Amino acid sequence: MDPVMPEPSAELGVSAPLIEPGHSYASVTDKISAIVLTRRTPRWWMLGFAAAFCLMMLLFFAVAYLFAVGVGIWGINIPVGWGFAIVNFVWWIGIGHAGTLISAILLLLRQQWRTSINRFAEAMTLFAVSCAGLFPVLHMGRPWLAYWLFPYPNTMGMWPQFRSPLVWDVFAVSTYATVSLLFWFVGLIPDLATLRDRSRNRVGKIMYGILAMGWRGSAVHWSRYETASLLLAGLATPLVVSVHTVVSFDFAVAIIPGWHTTIFPPYFVAGAIYSGFAMVMTLAIPIRAIYKLEDFITLRHLDNMAKIILATGLIVGYGYMMETFGAFYSADQYEKFMILNRMTGPYAPFYWALIACNIVMPQLLWFPAVRRSVVGLFVISLVVNVGMWLERFVIVVTSLHRDFLPSSWGMYYPTRWDWATYVGSIGLFLTLLLLFLRYLPMISIFEMRQLVSQTSGKTESRVSGNLDDV
Amino acid sequence: MARLGMVIDLKRCIGCNACTLACKQENGTPEGISFSRVITEEVGTYPNSTRTFLPTLCNHCSDAPCAAVCPTGATYIRPDGIVMVDHNMCIGCRACNLACPYMNRHYIEHGLLEHGYNSEGISPMEAIKFADFDEGTNIKCTLCAHRVDQGLEPACVVTCPTDARIFGDWEEEDGKLQRLVKERKGWTLLPEYETKPNVYYLDA
Repeated sequence: MDPVMPEPSAELGVSAPLIEPGHSYASVTDKISAIVLTRRTPRWWMLGFAAAFCLMMLLFFAVAYLFAVGVGIWGINIPVGWGFAIVNFVWWIGIGHAGTLISAILLLLRQQWRTSINRFAEAMTLFAVSCAGLFPVLHMGRPWLAYWLFPYPNTMGMWPQFRSPLVWDVFAVSTYATVSLLFWFVGLIPDLATLRDRSRNRVGKIMYGILAMGWRGSAVHWSRYETASLLLAGLATPLVVSVHTVVSFDFAVAIIPGWHTTIFPPYFVAGAIYSGFAMVMTLAIPIRAIYKLEDFITLRHLDNMAKIILATGLIVGYGYMMETFGAFYSADQYEKFMILNRMTGPYAPFYWALIACNIVMPQLLWFPAVRRSVVGLFVISLVVNVGMWLERFVIVVTSLHRDFLPSSWGMYYPTRWDWATYVGSIGLFLTLLLLFLRYLPMISIFEMRQLVSQTSGKTESRVSGNLDDV
Repeated sequence: MARLGMVIDLKRCIGCNACTLACKQENGTPEGISFSRVITEEVGTYPNSTRTFLPTLCNHCSDAPCAAVCPTGATYIRPDGIVMVDHNMCIGCRACNLACPYMNRHYIEHGLLEHGYNSEGISPMEAIKFADFDEGTNIKCTLCAHRVDQGLEPACVVTCPTDARIFGDWEEEDGKLQRLVKERKGWTLLPEYETKPNVYYLDA
């Protein structure tokens, strides 16, 4: 079998290899570190970075104008006081969840298939959380006072009001960002040492050397590493559940029809994992094709992720059904109106589009042939990303635009500044991602080496390297 | 402990909007913001049609959702039950705008304080009143706390030509508010949301 191009018809499931046969410790290290250590920056990377950087500049421009003129440049109004900013916040936070789930929960569950996708999924988490963290600050009337949400001794008499779900959000998101960053960095240390040792230029040696924090790979180092990584996994695991639960409280704790729903916490968590895995898939498919990483990110990985997308998608579908059922079962006239308005009101096309994207389309993943089709998976993952953004739009906007009094009804139309900020945040995300791909190992080298033994007996090593090489 | 509030007698209200104007004048709110409004609705079919009036203001809820959701504690409830906003502490997140089911929270957009009500410039009175507001923050009806503290009644109450607005203390045993609500079966807006409003209405 050609290790570079796996057979599309290769058997999926637990018996399928997590790393294509024919790799040795050295070949794994060579292949992953070469992506970072190569002197020539690929042309596609330069073009992609230029495009992403331009979009990021668009974000900065939009934010500068926002700070100068205020949130009136957005389409928000009364009654729709929260618009794209909060939609984007929830969407980005949700995307981040897959990284933590893959790196923490799958680590604790000893799921080896996480190995080749955990590193860039964690990076995706960090970048998504960075984008998410921007929006609550941007949507404030006085964003320069955002630090007042942190409890610190001061002479102004300021102290957060802990009954507010917005304060819970601050703690949930900042804890999540901190633990994710620590987890990601600790996981990188052995690989940074590899890059330090392999780097041929002085700057690289110094930079990777500093970041590797004196890693020598001794037994003591590995023992401490394993302990730290397990502890951080244990810390991160409840965060997978808590962060989006708390984000859902922003809505569920309010008494607004369409928001005041007990199913929100589990439904938001499932939705977050759903959208997160869709984003991992959206990124993994082109990355594995461009960097020829089909050996490491195999069809089994894509198949497993597709199954998780299908399962969490079904939970999200159940959430939609229970939301509708609850509205009628509650016999609350406002709840009933709200759900009917979602289905038939001015934003109905968005509601039905999200049903099509999030419930109908992913059902194709029941078919093994679809789960084996890389193009099919890519399209479905894109559709789910769009669907989950629409879900947040529908939750935020349709619940607000109809008030209890018809005289207070309104509509929300995003302005060009809303779009510029949203598209710009995608630019920020892609800029950070491309920098990560270029300067850090996107796949965990040392963890992939552990998988070599799984397939080493099956075929001969295809490179001359042996254990002594590493 | 006092719990200040109001009873609005819809039988007495003639929809003249004097309360709207008195509030506007007393508090000097920027364009588009009225703490006190009269919601007017036409009901029935001609010739058997009529108009109903519903004067509104902040309900100064005992379990105010706007105060619960405020992340900095800028919105707070005074010991006498008045729900207030300390605009210096407000960061403008607008969570209170959304939390209030009565639409009685108001956000001051940037630029709103740069022009007067129906004029490009700012009148001397507006210059004085606008000094109490900050762009990018929330404001709301204070039940004319500045007047109440001096022993006066809110502006909307003293100006009402038909005495449709009755101001008082709910904690007063057999006071005028309690008596009116008991006698005429007073009701509150959206009682099912359990915000415990301190503004009651009497049927027309």
